[in-house]
Amino acid sequence: MQVPAPFEYERATSVDQAIGLLERLGSSARLVAGGHSLLPMMKLRLANFEYLIDINPLHAELGYIRVQADEVRIGAMTRHRELLESDELAAAFPIFRDAERVIADPVVRNRGTLGGSLCQADPSEDLSAVCTTLDASCVIRGPGGAERVVSMEEFHVGPYETAVGDGEMLVEVHLPVRSNGGSAYEKVERRAGDWAVASAGAAVWLAPDGTFADARVGLAAVGPNTTGIPEISQALRGSTPSEELYERAGAIAASSCDPATDQRGSEDYKRHLADELTRRTLRKAVERARS
Amino acid sequence: MTTVHERTETFDDNDQKPVGYGRMLRKEDPRLIRGRGRFTDDVQLPGMLHLAILRSPFAHARVVSVDTSAAEAAPGVKAVVTGETLKGLGLAWMPTLSNDVQAVLATDKVRFQGQEVAFVVAEDRYAARDALELIDVEYDVLDPVIDVRQALAPDAPLIRDDLEGKTNNHCFDWETGDAEATEAVFARADVVVKQDIVYPRVHPAPMETCGAVADFDAVEGKLKLWSTTQAPHAHRTLYAIVAGLPEHKIQVIAPDIGGGFGNKVPIYPGYVCAIVGSIVTGKPVKWMEDRSENLISTGFARDYIMRGEIAATRDGKILAIRTNVLADHGAFNGTAAPVKYPAGFFGVFTGSYDIEAAYCNMTAVYTNKAPGGVAYACSFRITEAVYLVERIVDCLAAELDMDPAELRLKNFIQPDQFPYETKTGWVYDSGDYEPTMRQAMDIAGYAALRAEQAEKRARGELMGIGISFFTEAVGAGPRKNMDILGLGMADGCELRVHPTGKAVVRLSVKTQGQGHETTFAQIIAEEIGIPPADIEVVHGDTDQTPFGLGTYGSRSTPVSGAAAALVARKVRDKAQLIASAMLEVTVADLEWVKGSFQVKGDPGKAVTIQQIAMRAHGAGDLPDGVEGGLEAQICYNPSNLTYPHGAYICVVDIDPGTAQVKVRRFIAVDDCGTRINPMIIEGQVHGGLTDGVGMALMEMISFDEDGNCLGASLMDYLIPTSLEVPDWETGYTVTPSPHHPIGAKGVGESATVGSPPAIVNAVVDALKPYGVRHADMPLTPSRVWDAMRGRATPPI
Repeated sequence: MQVPAPFEYERATSVDQAIGLLERLGSSARLVAGGHSLLPMMKLRLANFEYLIDINPLHAELGYIRVQADEVRIGAMTRHRELLESDELAAAFPIFRDAERVIADPVVRNRGTLGGSLCQADPSEDLSAVCTTLDASCVIRGPGGAERVVSMEEFHVGPYETAVGDGEMLVEVHLPVRSNGGSAYEKVERRAGDWAVASAGAAVWLAPDGTFADARVGLAAVGPNTTGIPEISQALRGSTPSEELYERAGAIAASSCDPATDQRGSEDYKRHLADELTRRTLRKAVERARS
Repeated sequence: MTTVHERTETFDDNDQKPVGYGRMLRKEDPRLIRGRGRFTDDVQLPGMLHLAILRSPFAHARVVSVDTSAAEAAPGVKAVVTGETLKGLGLAWMPTLSNDVQAVLATDKVRFQGQEVAFVVAEDRYAARDALELIDVEYDVLDPVIDVRQALAPDAPLIRDDLEGKTNNHCFDWETGDAEATEAVFARADVVVKQDIVYPRVHPAPMETCGAVADFDAVEGKLKLWSTTQAPHAHRTLYAIVAGLPEHKIQVIAPDIGGGFGNKVPIYPGYVCAIVGSIVTGKPVKWMEDRSENLISTGFARDYIMRGEIAATRDGKILAIRTNVLADHGAFNGTAAPVKYPAGFFGVFTGSYDIEAAYCNMTAVYTNKAPGGVAYACSFRITEAVYLVERIVDCLAAELDMDPAELRLKNFIQPDQFPYETKTGWVYDSGDYEPTMRQAMDIAGYAALRAEQAEKRARGELMGIGISFFTEAVGAGPRKNMDILGLGMADGCELRVHPTGKAVVRLSVKTQGQGHETTFAQIIAEEIGIPPADIEVVHGDTDQTPFGLGTYGSRSTPVSGAAAALVARKVRDKAQLIASAMLEVTVADLEWVKGSFQVKGDPGKAVTIQQIAMRAHGAGDLPDGVEGGLEAQICYNPSNLTYPHGAYICVVDIDPGTAQVKVRRFIAVDDCGTRINPMIIEGQVHGGLTDGVGMALMEMISFDEDGNCLGASLMDYLIPTSLEVPDWETGYTVTPSPHHPIGAKGVGESATVGSPPAIVNAVVDALKPYGVRHADMPLTPSRVWDAMRGRATPPI
């Protein structure tokens, strides 16, 4: 049994009470939601916090998926399993179900949350890539109920670092809904449940004439954070979907990402995957947008 | 003799509770499935303390000083022990199973990352672990030897300066076969193929990590040690030798064990620390290592850098096999193998083929990595041998442009050649290889698979078919040439039948999940007709069982299984004498019909084994010279090893865009001789095949250039899940061992040995359009992609 260093533990009773505790305890405190990333790091003593504030009691308050005409709102405590099983969410953004199917295993999905995934800010994290692909914005609440909204690019400021300050908490994620959209996610892993060697998400929106009204690609595990690639959007907008275009997008993905060689794979291979998976997900996203 | 049985077999075909061999649910499962197993970590004793070990963060460093004062003052801490403390007790070093020594706690240097430096005993596990943070060790960091190929370089840092006169990192040399004869055959051969092949370092990673609870009673002078050991008797004797405690005052108990795979054969420093901790504090002390400690410090497996060479005629007759091996033994030679076999049974690298000559020379070296070797269900290095020969035979098939199945069939040792002495001196007891191979090909639909592959290749799809055919040598071993530190590899067995006809059998071997409580009850049942449910199997406690060397190398059924059958026959012989008195006929007039003795020609006149048992213990006269009671004991010394074989076929698909390998089908036809419980055999095979998928596709303990272990958690060291494995398709043939009392050969490691080459051969076959002839394990997507680009590299 691996044992963490001593810490104090408190169960939150409301969002504002949790924020009050965070404000008082500063950087010595950390929120724990699903805990599947944080607790292993604490057991290995790679992370040591004096206080853990358990926000699982806030699931009733922050666990929801609200699909509206112009946007989808998802509470930060919504669990992987709820994201996987939501037909409404899958209808609006099939990329979520694609991704959830390859995130860890049922035990982890029963506990892990959207907010926890984003706040962990692991460069290989799947939902961060999904949110990047879908141009999500993050609602951060601070002391006194003050809320601010940041884009995914602003939210992740480095590996394992986010824009969420000491006395703040991510409470909700907004995903804009546009018409004639399709999306998809693909991940290469060495084994089921492993972190991605590389993965890609694509979301496309087609104009009435069949050309790309817009397209976005998000990559995971090929840079310090999950990465959106604006150059791909620029290259695709206004053009008619074709294999040549996907190839171009793939080439842009391969050249604009910044992978490192590690146990999961070589830098070259990851660049190749950025290319291959970008093409695959764009192809699938277009198929879905058309059907 | 070979019998090919029907392949399909279900519970319906069998008696659910056979009195003897057959499918039967495992007797131990109600306990294990309901969570009522009792493992080492479940042992709770009054006043028990907990031990945690401080380990080296460096691969190679001089220990300058160890300051324990802050740790000693920490709340709950009862003792802090360093290498210097142990030195005072003469316990700083201990012998390994290979006549080397290993530090219990470092005194002079640390020689691998994770090496034991000090330990804390405290009131609870948390206090012990927290106090480790307070021990201040000053290290003088030295250059490590990590790349095994550089270990013997003239300027390589010296690792084992503790050994007197040692000036380099050489561990041992070993050779087998005939170098000259082999060279002569190679010189005249039409075709010679060479291939460098690496079997990377892997770890057994049992679900339960290693641990112990030591309870030393200072008044009685008796040490009671619960520990995760596959070999309780061998451990007891070694503790007696190491600690100087009298052997009769040591009781080693191996309770339920959550997987061993060879990981729990060696004695680890942690066990010795727990014993010292209990002696020092006067309290029971528990040590359970955590997952990272298990992965970084306990017995690894493999780590052979091999060059294989094969010589053949143009029409595919294999003439000779030659190999050169560089073996990485880590910082201490902790190999667990019979002492006269420093390379284990690697000598069987000639495989299942009738060849003219063979030769191997090997150099083993020390590196700054964890000690061990020979672990992980390898039958003493047969895993490496089978991988080498089955890979190099496939390389030859590619060179000759010959079907790999056809090449193997053409070269098999033929049934009338058994017993067959190989060119490296192993005497294969029995075998009939072609029916086994044909059955595997039939189940696979081999011709249809090749046709499908041709179609797919034409479309640019990557499909591969891989074959391996293995012969194992298990059941170590004959005491004339096999021992571990002077202890012969024979096994004792005792059988006692109670008055009411129930029985207890006491074994020296120890299950780690293989189902001994069922299999051994069935062996006894087959011989004396007492139902398995009425037979208690006692094992794992040195005070309760006869001496023997334990369970590893697939030796339980070949050695202890033979002992069990023979002890039951001794009991049956005595029962026959008693029956003759009961039925008032001569012994010669009786015939044994399972469960009773009948008067020949008069089935109505019979006594059951239960009636005989009551008579043996009851009132009334027994025949002259027959003592009361119904029991016997035996120590079985095998006359030879047993040689199970098998034919495996693997079908893979590779995504050409991502290089991901999917094992689509796997066909395993095993011949382990007489089959005792087919369900348990299949379970063993399924587990081993899954292991094989892990080794072939994902598992490797690797190190960075500083010697940091990169496989220190199950997030980094991947083991396969149900999603990586196909539905296993199994079959079997039966070629009994001629020298084993019941003809059984053992099956525990067959699948682990046989499956990796089948999978690698399938992947290489799939990559044929890319001109790939070899790629080393682990075949992760990235490494397969490299191979597709013509730049396959060894994993080290």
